Amino acid sequence: MADLTSNFCGIKSPNPFWLASAPPTDKEYNVRRAFEAGWGGVVWKTLGVEGPPIVNVNGPRYGAIWGADRRLIGLNNIELITDRPLDVNLREMRQIKKDFPDRALVASVMVPCEEMYWKDIIPQIAETGVDGFELNFGCPHGMSERGMGSAVGQVPEYIEMVTRWCKESTELPVIVKLTPNITNIIYPATAAKNGGADAVSLINTISSIVSVDLESMAPNPTIDGKGTAGGYCGPAVKPIALNMVAQIARTDVTAGLPISGIGGVTTWRDAAEFMALGAGNVQVCTAAMTYGFNIINEMTSGLSSWMDDNGYTSVDQLVGKAVPNVTDWQYLNLNYITKARIDQEKCIGCGRCYAACEDTSHQAITMSEDRVFDVKDDECVACNLCVNTCPVDDCITMVQIQPGQLDERTGQVVSKEYGNWTEHPNNPSKVAAE
Amino acid sequence: MSKHTAAEGLFSGRLNQTSLKNNFSDLHPPLDGHEAAVAADRCYFCYDAPCVNACPTDIDIPLFIRQISTGMPVASAKTILDQNILGGMCARVCPTETLCEEACVREKAEGKPVQIGLLQRYATDVVMEADNHPFDRAPSTNKRVAVIGAGPAGLAAAHRLAMLGNDVVIFESKEKPGGLNEFGIAAYKSTNDFAQKEVAWLLKIGGIKINNDKLLGRDFSLSGLTDEYDAVFIGVGLGNVRSLDIDGESLRNVQDAVDFISSLRQEKDLSKLEVGSNVVVIGGGMTAIDAAVQSKLLGALDVTVVYRRSMEEMPASRYEQELAKSKGVKFIYNAKPVQITGDEQITNIKFQVNQNGDEFTLPADHLLKAIGQIMDELPAELSLQNKKIKVDKNFKTDAANIWAGGDCTCIGEDLTVTAVAQGRDAAINIHASLSGEI
Repeated sequence: MADLTSNFCGIKSPNPFWLASAPPTDKEYNVRRAFEAGWGGVVWKTLGVEGPPIVNVNGPRYGAIWGADRRLIGLNNIELITDRPLDVNLREMRQIKKDFPDRALVASVMVPCEEMYWKDIIPQIAETGVDGFELNFGCPHGMSERGMGSAVGQVPEYIEMVTRWCKESTELPVIVKLTPNITNIIYPATAAKNGGADAVSLINTISSIVSVDLESMAPNPTIDGKGTAGGYCGPAVKPIALNMVAQIARTDVTAGLPISGIGGVTTWRDAAEFMALGAGNVQVCTAAMTYGFNIINEMTSGLSSWMDDNGYTSVDQLVGKAVPNVTDWQYLNLNYITKARIDQEKCIGCGRCYAACEDTSHQAITMSEDRVFDVKDDECVACNLCVNTCPVDDCITMVQIQPGQLDERTGQVVSKEYGNWTEHPNNPSKVAAE
Repeated sequence: MSKHTAAEGLFSGRLNQTSLKNNFSDLHPPLDGHEAAVAADRCYFCYDAPCVNACPTDIDIPLFIRQISTGMPVASAKTILDQNILGGMCARVCPTETLCEEACVREKAEGKPVQIGLLQRYATDVVMEADNHPFDRAPSTNKRVAVIGAGPAGLAAAHRLAMLGNDVVIFESKEKPGGLNEFGIAAYKSTNDFAQKEVAWLLKIGGIKINNDKLLGRDFSLSGLTDEYDAVFIGVGLGNVRSLDIDGESLRNVQDAVDFISSLRQEKDLSKLEVGSNVVVIGGGMTAIDAAVQSKLLGALDVTVVYRRSMEEMPASRYEQELAKSKGVKFIYNAKPVQITGDEQITNIKFQVNQNGDEFTLPADHLLKAIGQIMDELPAELSLQNKKIKVDKNFKTDAANIWAGGDCTCIGEDLTVTAVAQGRDAAINIHASLSGEI
């Protein structure tokens, strides 16, 4: 049985699955249920300054997109940070830490961008016994209009400054939660690192409008005829999150900075993918909101079984395992040549590959009168679109043309040498081989 | 020599081998990987799921289906087998239409439940085919438990006891283990000798010895077992059948349906099995349906099930009745048999209609009785309730150190899955009792 225990920038938990700072972690009641179900840690819903509590909308605060069978694919929300008094949250956090000492309890924090606010609240929260802090520089709605959340996360200088204030206020680990609503994730990640952050977590939600109600002509969710941009999350955002995690893991200036992976983690496999790309642990929200806390059982059992089957004995062995294989386009091997192959036994004759190739690609598939589909090797550029549109598992696959064989499309014999764009004769700025 | 389906009397070989092979192939062919993924995708992962509450063994159905969805059939099977060590057989024989699938919220919504039974089979098949036994034994307790009967209850009890570190010896009256999984149940629900394969797989836990051909009362006594073992579990099932108590019952070709099914299950070459041309089955449970359908599939021309109450009251589910009808079995409700006639062998059977006392006669060259199984005579130290062994909620009998589970107990429905649950829970209680935890 693989060891799932996790040590993320000094914060220990029995497994690498934490609940992200969000509605599921807003109260002792929820968090207690989560821990009883088996979650390894929680990042408590973002705490704000003491004073009159935050006010939320009283109309709908979530919108969603679904598959045909109502499977939730993406969710957005316009909820703000916790709307409960600070002292209530702190009292409950203290109790939770006392009752579940082996679980990770991290406090998410968002206060105005002034030193006194941060230096006042961090020590107060630390007294509850929390294991660390997560600075919410990501929330893209509501709070950002007040100069907080992603309004901070979009300015690297602010990130660095606030992170430094927090590091000066506590010995506990400080995680900086990054917004994806930027052009290049390396800048905010670098700023967090320069400010002394122990780790970054990403992604926060993506600024979005999920749909428009064409009767009322207003975005969803609609409040009295109006809507606003909300933060998008769930399975749909995972590819964006994976890319940002990988960028931080493989860029020299940020490489080695611990990453807590967030964004559409729904199954053990999603978690394993984030970890392979460099995340030390993962945070989950939408999946728990869609299916309840019991999904943790699938995640832990699945990850553990997969690790057993693949010879991993601890989660750390998996972290970053795929990072060396993420590269720039310019370094991809142009001498690796494949062609589509259609398994006629499996083909059900729908013709989607033909439509895709004939209409939108390279006219490399033939269709006979009796609906037999074949690949024309002299036209196939191996784009993979037919594979991706085929409804049958493994019916169309990409098969490598071995070195020494003829590529009928180019008329060239396939080279066994690795050759990338930087050395290609068509590249005006090619580097001569030394 | 082959016989036409209309030839009167009991004959074998009414159908050719090809027809027999088709007729007795898997009732529900297993799902392939893609089908399983699509079927699993329909599960809503309900909270406090109704399907789990409807399962006598409390399998965490949403979890095992989610594990199939995420490509982990082995983890999925473990979830199933944790609760139900005979999850492979139950996936084949459970009346899911009256248990988990009836409770499925998609049954309520669309009349099309998630295919829980087939998904359970998909996951358990992966583990069985890989010959992977995902359980280990706890350190030895140095306790020895005797189990009487190697049917679903006895096997489930034995496995759990062995897993918890106890040594188990099973005493089975027949020549091989499996109980009704092996000798009852329609052949098309358990193909390819699955019952024996499952027993062999179950025994991989270790610490279980089976003594076949050992009958309680003939080869050993209950008091002998209680003297020799720390505890005894009784899972003997129902060894006897009710009789009709009408004239002509001793005529030739009047047979107990359980015997007919048992010989069918044990016959390797179905073309050697005899069946009548006009078969009448009396009864309304699963045994009646299984006997009727299989008679038809063996080549009987005309098969009629006669049940003494209404269609709605029939213990066999509507689904099973529909299945039988689709195979050409006819049903007559609200009539009871009054007389069997014939010269040495049966030729006719007379019935009386409940409502008005009218009588009618059906020609019959083969009569199968399926009006219920009852207990064999039991050792005097066991007290009975409703003519079955009296047990408490922990499946403890009134006698010291003796537990019981399965069809032979006074509680629960007579289903494979219920027997497994009772065997498992009795084993847990036996273990707790022997280890001084209770």
